[in-house]
Amino acid sequence: MSNWHMLTLIGKDRPGIVASITTALFEAGCNLGETSMIRLGNNFTVMMMVDAVQGESGLRKVLDPVVAELQLVLHIDAIEGGLHHRPVPNVCILVHGADRAGIVSQVTTRAADAGLNIVDLESDVAGTGASPIYVLQIHGVAAQGVEAIEAALAPLQAEGVRVDVQSVDTLIG
Amino acid sequence: MAVLEILTYPDERLRQVSDPVEQFDATFQRRVDDLEETRLAGPGAVGIAAPQVGWFQRVVIVDVSGRKKTRNHGHLILVNPEITEWDGYAVGREGCLSVPDYTGNVIRAEKIHLSALDREGNALSFDMDGFEARAVQHEMDHIDGLLFLDRLVSRRQDLFQRKVYK
Repeated sequence: MSNWHMLTLIGKDRPGIVASITTALFEAGCNLGETSMIRLGNNFTVMMMVDAVQGESGLRKVLDPVVAELQLVLHIDAIEGGLHHRPVPNVCILVHGADRAGIVSQVTTRAADAGLNIVDLESDVAGTGASPIYVLQIHGVAAQGVEAIEAALAPLQAEGVRVDVQSVDTLIG
Repeated sequence: MAVLEILTYPDERLRQVSDPVEQFDATFQRRVDDLEETRLAGPGAVGIAAPQVGWFQRVVIVDVSGRKKTRNHGHLILVNPEITEWDGYAVGREGCLSVPDYTGNVIRAEKIHLSALDREGNALSFDMDGFEARAVQHEMDHIDGLLFLDRLVSRRQDLFQRKVYK
């Protein structure tokens, strides 16, 4: 019987946070599943699937010392399902252009209407303070085909956003 | 003909370097047939290498002819294959019969020149590119004891490594 929880931890970034969190979990007998850690701005962020018999309150006790020492914010949710449910993306969408409000909203709304289920999304503001650019990368499953996504996003080109939709061909060998 | 068991990671036997084929006898022919039948029994594999079924000789099968818009040389049984030239590189997503439930990005040469023997021992030579070249490189790794896991690149940092095909 597994007891999966989704842990979300954020805080000011510094070296060693992942090591401290995962060591505390390991020493308490917890097991990690899929995890994703990324630095957003100056912030450390991680989401991790943790299989823990202790349950939510037990997990909180396990992590309290680390959370206090590293001044993190911890959020825990019990989740359904476990491992081996990962869909294989068949489309990659790259978007970039001068930064302005609404790019992600427009791209993802149009793509969702064309059948896209996002598996992985990342965006960045780059360039300079005076002339910022926005870079968005999405991997997903295009249920209605890659061409449908391409057609749905094409009109955005006219608004000065560069959109590149590529099929992702996964080679199984 | 028989569908053989596929060795899966972390089975140490997948790390073995395979030996060249020297005999093209009836036993060899039967093993090639079994290897192909095993490939076809799997979930959509465009290739298979002998070590994946515990046969440690330098034999790979590649067939990308069933894919849309993919340049190819048809169904290939490649014995003692050697890549003699490489050109360019591209990031692509790979999975493997020997690594269930995982896919990841791998950098491969975009174009290769390949020499090999066919199943009768006759010399073959190909210039290939794109998906077919990727499949051959993936399968040839197996006969040197390598898996695509050994070549994974970041799924997040590939924006400027991608090659755009238009």
